Amino acid sequence: MLLITCPVCNVTADETEFHCGGEAHIKRPASSDPANVSERAQYEYLYVRNNPRGMHREMWLCSRGCGKWFYAMRDTLTLQFHAFYGITDSPPPLPDGNGTGSGS
Amino acid sequence: MTKPFRLALGAAPDDSARTGRRIDPTSAISFSFDGRNYKGLAGDTLASALVANGIRLVGRSFKYHRPRGILGLGAEEPNGLVTLGTGDRLEPNVRCTQVELYDGLVARSQNRWPGLSFDIGAINNKFSRFLPSGFYYKTFKGPGRSGWMFYENFIRRSAGLGPAPTRPDPDGYEHFNVSCDVLVVGSGAAGISAARAAAATGARVIVADENAYFGGLADCMGGTIEDRAQLEWVNQEVGVLAQAENVHLLPRTTVAGHYDHNFVLMLERVADHDPALVEEGAPRHRLWRVRAKEIILASGALERPLTFANNDRPGIMLASAIRANIHRYGVVPGEVGVLFTNNDNAYQTALDLQDIGVSIARIVDVRADPSGLPVNLAKAAGMPLMFGSGVQDVVTEKRGQQIKGVKVGGLFGAGGVHASELVACDFVAVSGGWNPAVHLYSHIGGKPAFDAERQIFVPGPVQDHLSVVGAANGTFGLEEIVHEADQAGDVVARRALGKRPIRRPASKIPFAKGVAEDDWESIWLVPAPGAKKRPNKHFVDFQNDVTAADLQLAVQEGYRSVEHVKRYTTLGMATDQGKTSNINALGLLSDALGKTIPEVGTTTFRPPYTPVSFGAIAGLRSRNLFQPVRQTPVSNWQAKNGADYEPVGQWRRPFCYPLAGEDREVAINREVLAVRHRAGIIDLSTLGKIEVKGADAGKFLDLMYTNIISTLKENRCRYGLMMDDQGLLFDDGVIVRLGIDRFLLHTTSGNADRTAGWLELWLQTEWPDLKVFVTPVTEQWAQFAVGGPHARDVLKKLRGTIKWGADVFPPLTAQFGKLLGAEVRVYRISYSGELSFEIATPANNGRALWDAILEAGEEYGIAPYGTEALHVLRAEKGFIAIGDETDGTVTPLDLGLGWAVSKKKADFVGKRSLERSFMVPGPHRKQLVGVFTHDPAEVLPIGCQALDTDQIQPPPPMLGHISSSYWSPTLDRSIALALIKNGQNRIGDTMYFPVGNKVLSGTLVDPIFYDREGLRQNG
Repeated sequence: MLLITCPVCNVTADETEFHCGGEAHIKRPASSDPANVSERAQYEYLYVRNNPRGMHREMWLCSRGCGKWFYAMRDTLTLQFHAFYGITDSPPPLPDGNGTGSGS
Repeated sequence: MTKPFRLALGAAPDDSARTGRRIDPTSAISFSFDGRNYKGLAGDTLASALVANGIRLVGRSFKYHRPRGILGLGAEEPNGLVTLGTGDRLEPNVRCTQVELYDGLVARSQNRWPGLSFDIGAINNKFSRFLPSGFYYKTFKGPGRSGWMFYENFIRRSAGLGPAPTRPDPDGYEHFNVSCDVLVVGSGAAGISAARAAAATGARVIVADENAYFGGLADCMGGTIEDRAQLEWVNQEVGVLAQAENVHLLPRTTVAGHYDHNFVLMLERVADHDPALVEEGAPRHRLWRVRAKEIILASGALERPLTFANNDRPGIMLASAIRANIHRYGVVPGEVGVLFTNNDNAYQTALDLQDIGVSIARIVDVRADPSGLPVNLAKAAGMPLMFGSGVQDVVTEKRGQQIKGVKVGGLFGAGGVHASELVACDFVAVSGGWNPAVHLYSHIGGKPAFDAERQIFVPGPVQDHLSVVGAANGTFGLEEIVHEADQAGDVVARRALGKRPIRRPASKIPFAKGVAEDDWESIWLVPAPGAKKRPNKHFVDFQNDVTAADLQLAVQEGYRSVEHVKRYTTLGMATDQGKTSNINALGLLSDALGKTIPEVGTTTFRPPYTPVSFGAIAGLRSRNLFQPVRQTPVSNWQAKNGADYEPVGQWRRPFCYPLAGEDREVAINREVLAVRHRAGIIDLSTLGKIEVKGADAGKFLDLMYTNIISTLKENRCRYGLMMDDQGLLFDDGVIVRLGIDRFLLHTTSGNADRTAGWLELWLQTEWPDLKVFVTPVTEQWAQFAVGGPHARDVLKKLRGTIKWGADVFPPLTAQFGKLLGAEVRVYRISYSGELSFEIATPANNGRALWDAILEAGEEYGIAPYGTEALHVLRAEKGFIAIGDETDGTVTPLDLGLGWAVSKKKADFVGKRSLERSFMVPGPHRKQLVGVFTHDPAEVLPIGCQALDTDQIQPPPPMLGHISSSYWSPTLDRSIALALIKNGQNRIGDTMYFPVGNKVLSGTLVDPIFYDREGLRQNG
């Protein structure tokens, strides 16, 4: 039962109060240039995800709290969170000694 | 009956008394076992009371139905599983060692028929050499796929645990959610030392112990703390802790599971020991959900059995269990005992037995030359000792139920055996050393490390804030235990409080003095006498009937990984999760594979440590509280007027309203025809309603819907479709423009929350710069559809500002005003195909409006109708329903809804995906069509497959399926909608539909069955 802190409303609560939205920072190609989205780009956007053993940037929704989406950086091996940050914040760097991270 | 199993006891319980200190000899209570009544004493466990009554046989084993007796002392008990209680309070598979006896307790043994001492299934034992590991996999596999299904019935009946209760549980359960600084698991010398030091820092401490009292094994281990007997010191410290405001002591509380971020589930058995408490209103169990900053695991160790022939006979018990039975309950299992050990610790059992006058026929020690203090004490007491030896076999009578003696002999070389000697006895104490109880350490992925010198698994590196102390950490000397636990308690409590660690004076740490013990010597298998005898009576896992021979066979058959061997042989499964068997099995596998134990692998323990009741997991969330039922403003009216409900999400919607004497079918047909010929009203308050407001609202909705919303004029309505970004349709509904920057969206009843969340997701993460607010308003509004040729006549009678004329209120427009003095929004939209108005009013006015419409409609024969009539009406019109015509694979184009998908917009969710090669319209897609069965009376089942042939063997290609299917009273025949491959080009074709043993046929037709031109709804 992960313990999660929402960076928007600052509540710290059990993971059952939140909803995980999968990998963060996936770019939607059609949002920038809808007329020129290749088949490959659309496929990768829809279906290709990182599944790292180590640091993972992911989306979470504060579903039983403020209702806002936010980002988290979580080590999939130790299940420890290393950062929570807002949608418009710039992503914090990966911690030292972790070369397996995904993210942007 | 009390002799020889119950010792003569003093008049009253006395903690300083050596024997029977937990029981009150003056307070006899009665209980029944397998229908016979017995007497026990207050303070007994069911196990000790059974032993006191001379009952050795308590169950039959899982596979071979061998007679089994009590082996252990507590959670590790693999044999003594009973079914407790009767009727709706029936609980199977309870370990009798952990059941506190109360007056009137009813227990039954399991897995036997017709009776425990004579059991037909025991014949399996005679054929045990034909029931090797993997027996079921190898034998019951043919003919064809039906083989297993045929055999399964018989196998399930002969192998199994207790029966499940058949009636609802009448008891109450609850959850507690707490946090603490330090959770101490276990209350032996280690747990109490740690708790004492942690509490001294001011930290909030919880101490949980699965037993009814604190102290762990302090009452049967030697040594002193602060110059007092262990138990005396523990009792005193527990008294101090009980007074401390920052300490919570929880007896009868099993820490069942340890989860991520120091989350712990604990099961407190509040009233199992005293059913009167339930009558007084107490919950039976309480589930504690604990978030601890620090956890100290002081869960002790479990004694290891030894593996020899017939080591499962009733009357063979772990040495620690025999010792604790003497000290706590004043009971002994027999008159003449043999101790079989590989360590010094178990000698205390022999010494204690001799103290109370039970004779020791032999101490058999596998070690060649033990010389520790306990050994010398036994020597001095004149006990017959035998070193470098083992128990080779057990001689019994009464079909294995009574021990006559054991065959003992010297061990030599690689496990060979000398000639054996028969030693007469009627019980055997065994001890193969101690396994640290590392279960909770391993629950969140901790990998135990193998200590090769001592042949035990100890906790390895620790994740999270968990510290392991005492025997659970492989620390067995009392001085070291107390020192380690005290230090850990202080250090982690300070860490939890955010304080710096300090160096404490030695005088603060309790001074302990243990009994010096020599090392033990592990032995994984004692061979039976006789050349090349297979160890197929050498039980490793008692609960699952896995023998040493089974493990050897698995290795011969090529299994190498311990995880595979476990699954193949069922080792370590079921309710005890291998507490007594896992380490012995690893040792045997290591021998068989010629690898070291760490190479063979470790074993992973999973939660729960002991079983947790379903009631405790559910807590208060059962019956009416399992899930809230949402109510609309007219739910009460519906309930009083004969609504026949169906569940829709969290709502219960009337399926139909049968009148007296009507069944569902008659009621539905009447309701449909009322709407077609007169007028009907349906409660649509459950429809999702979402207001979208802001300067960019139109722009945002253009991105979310397939069609253009921003061009919609005020007071106009438009049907819209929503796709996910894969181009798959997931919701539809009518959008109303309420104002220049304000829209009202309707969603299907089950999708309201999901759609609001969907809009938020895109708004927050993809287009956060858009100025838009999304507000769900579903429950703010009551909403009713009034439809039928007389709908206008009915509504015209209501006093108000709405103008009903066809010229002023055309289709797909909205009016906002008042009816009967209350605010209303009226939309001219139709899902029935008839002239129809949907009227929304603030929820608290809903019932008044509903009543007024029914009253006004009486002269026109208005009928309230339910969801099934709604579906028949919409299917007759060929309107799709989300969840029927959509299943997460369907695009709007598949459903012929291309007119609602914009070709002008540069982007919207799902647009690019609709252009992918396999998503564009074409003969490869399944498309919406109608179906007329050739026999108009046959209504096809929904989900039924569509074929091009009536020959179903070999299976032909499945070309689609029926998505909606109803009896149409309007057409007086069956109708169906279907999704058929290339269906839009196959109108007129005959297709075949297998239904049970029949194959029906039908013709593909246009999906609009009624009023194709829409004259009725637009009239």
